[in-house]
Amino acid sequence: MAQLVINHDKINHKKMMELIELCPFNAIEEKDGLTYINSGCKMCKLCVKNGNGAIEFVEEENITSVNKKLWNGITVYIDHFHGVINPVSLELIGKAKELAEVISHPVQAILIGSGVEKIAEELQHYGVDEIHVYDYKELEHFKVQNYTEVFADYINKIKPSSILVGATTLGRSLAPRVAARFRTGLTADCTILKIKPNTDLVQIRPAFGGNIMAQIVTERHRPQMCTVRAKIFDAPERTKEKRGKVTNHEVDVKKLNSKIQVLDIVKKDAEVSIADADVIVAIGRGIKKEEDIAMVQEFADLVGGKVACTRPLIECGWMNNKLQVGLSGRTVKPRLLFAFGIHGAVQFTAGMNGSETIIAVNIDEQASIFDSAHYGIIGDLYKVIPKLTEEIKKDRKINF
Amino acid sequence: MKIAVCIKQVPGGTNVQVDPVTGVLLRDGVDSKINPYDLYALESAFQIKKQIDSEIGVLSMGPPQAKAVIRESFSMGVDTGVLLSDRKFAGADVLATSYALAQGLKAMGDIDLIICGKQTTDGDTAQVGPEMAEYLSIPHISNVSKILEVTSENLTVEADMGETIEIQTIGYPCLITVEKGIYTPRLPSYKNKLDTATRGIKVLTFDDLDDKDEKKYGLNGSPTQVERIFNPPKNPDKEMFLGDEAAIELFGKLKIRKII
Repeated sequence: MAQLVINHDKINHKKMMELIELCPFNAIEEKDGLTYINSGCKMCKLCVKNGNGAIEFVEEENITSVNKKLWNGITVYIDHFHGVINPVSLELIGKAKELAEVISHPVQAILIGSGVEKIAEELQHYGVDEIHVYDYKELEHFKVQNYTEVFADYINKIKPSSILVGATTLGRSLAPRVAARFRTGLTADCTILKIKPNTDLVQIRPAFGGNIMAQIVTERHRPQMCTVRAKIFDAPERTKEKRGKVTNHEVDVKKLNSKIQVLDIVKKDAEVSIADADVIVAIGRGIKKEEDIAMVQEFADLVGGKVACTRPLIECGWMNNKLQVGLSGRTVKPRLLFAFGIHGAVQFTAGMNGSETIIAVNIDEQASIFDSAHYGIIGDLYKVIPKLTEEIKKDRKINF
Repeated sequence: MKIAVCIKQVPGGTNVQVDPVTGVLLRDGVDSKINPYDLYALESAFQIKKQIDSEIGVLSMGPPQAKAVIRESFSMGVDTGVLLSDRKFAGADVLATSYALAQGLKAMGDIDLIICGKQTTDGDTAQVGPEMAEYLSIPHISNVSKILEVTSENLTVEADMGETIEIQTIGYPCLITVEKGIYTPRLPSYKNKLDTATRGIKVLTFDDLDDKDEKKYGLNGSPTQVERIFNPPKNPDKEMFLGDEAAIELFGKLKIRKII
């Protein structure tokens, strides 16, 4: 079995204290004078790298691994509602085509629903090689167990090497169940995807809730699964001509027996969506009082922007959570984004790095937001925003 | 009715960085807290208990220090607490964590309703709830934004599906993950804290679980591996301004480049 082995003979008390201090997850502890690793361990292996042999990583000798050659193709789950394909699914088709080319695999789509022929036809304009359709009236509503059954049927029949799922509400509910069913890895909210010649999917995402990127692989299992948020990748151009084979699959309808009842589906009120904004004025912990948001709003109105924010302002209840940019909020790609008083944790930057021009204002010159910015001002937003507002007004001859 | 709420101890701060020279993770502070999203799960359980006589138990997994969050939940009104803690669970990814938790829930006896927060602030995956439900072969509804009706047979809820709200009825046993803002979480009460100061927290180890296949837990039960961790790439060509005139200079530049 792969495990961390502690060489107690190489550890004196001082070394033990160093190791305890070294572990960022408080997973190394002392018990009866000996060093132990507890269940807080995230296997970052820093203790192995920096422990001078005190802790070793020992791999299992006969690692059981799947035969990767039996798993072929990159599959995109097609998320749709009322006959419209969710843009994130098209973006994933774009990425799947890139990845598939490297390893000469086909790109597949799995389409689940009721009355979805039109969607299948539409998909033929985006360069998918095979479109696998499960069209049953029992699948009209998303009931997670029924969709999991169908997805499992697909994986057993087609054996795709990788599966990409949009991180929509539905995708984030369905993908984990499918992953658990196959006891395989699912990496959430990937921001970069690459592929190795041996078909291992390289999944990169911000990790540990902070300023760190983690590169994750699912070396010994297939299918490899990941979710990706909207606006991370680019959708392919819609082609005029159609291509790609549509296959209708049969499934035992007796298995589609979820007891969940869908009583009603209500379209949510049209709301201010920051995801579509051309200009975004984002604020963070640098804002000291709720009333100060008015100053930001005035500036945003002048530049034709929408005000958005980071997680702390949501947590203190000053802003609506629909206005949060970042991994736990929305991913945005505006033409212009201002970041006022935002330190720039990956949690946030991963949700806005695609913006065309980023302007950051922060009082701390070490703030990591400046690593994402194209223009930066080291200064107090309470001085900078009024000054910028004044300049714009002067320029446009606005006298109030 | 028996309700289980899954809670997690997470780092208090999120400011973690990699030292570029040594590759060591640097933390600011070591304090930890209950995952903020779990407070909404706990409050949902308390609200249900108001309508239907229930016993609320919490389950957490982590090192012995994680007992602190269970104790905190006692002072909010939770009845019983279980901590899953064993070195054999070390190095678990989402899947192995979900499996161990699902086994822990089984060990807690017949549970009608499992409530989880939407996600954690340190992992941000939102996957553990649905994966546990799959392992327990029970239905689940994610992103529950409102609980409309509670009966002894089922729950009727609103699920926030992004563009739509779906009203669904789900029978027990089942699992729901609740949205932030479903209710306003209560604060721990000092009286409860005193009253529960000596209440025991049951610690479950590997040996207490039904499935004793070591390949399904910890590192060995984790299909994903972290190959490396690194700081995000920096942007080398940026223009910086400072001083009193910074805003004016920046505005000038943006105007020339037709950005504003």
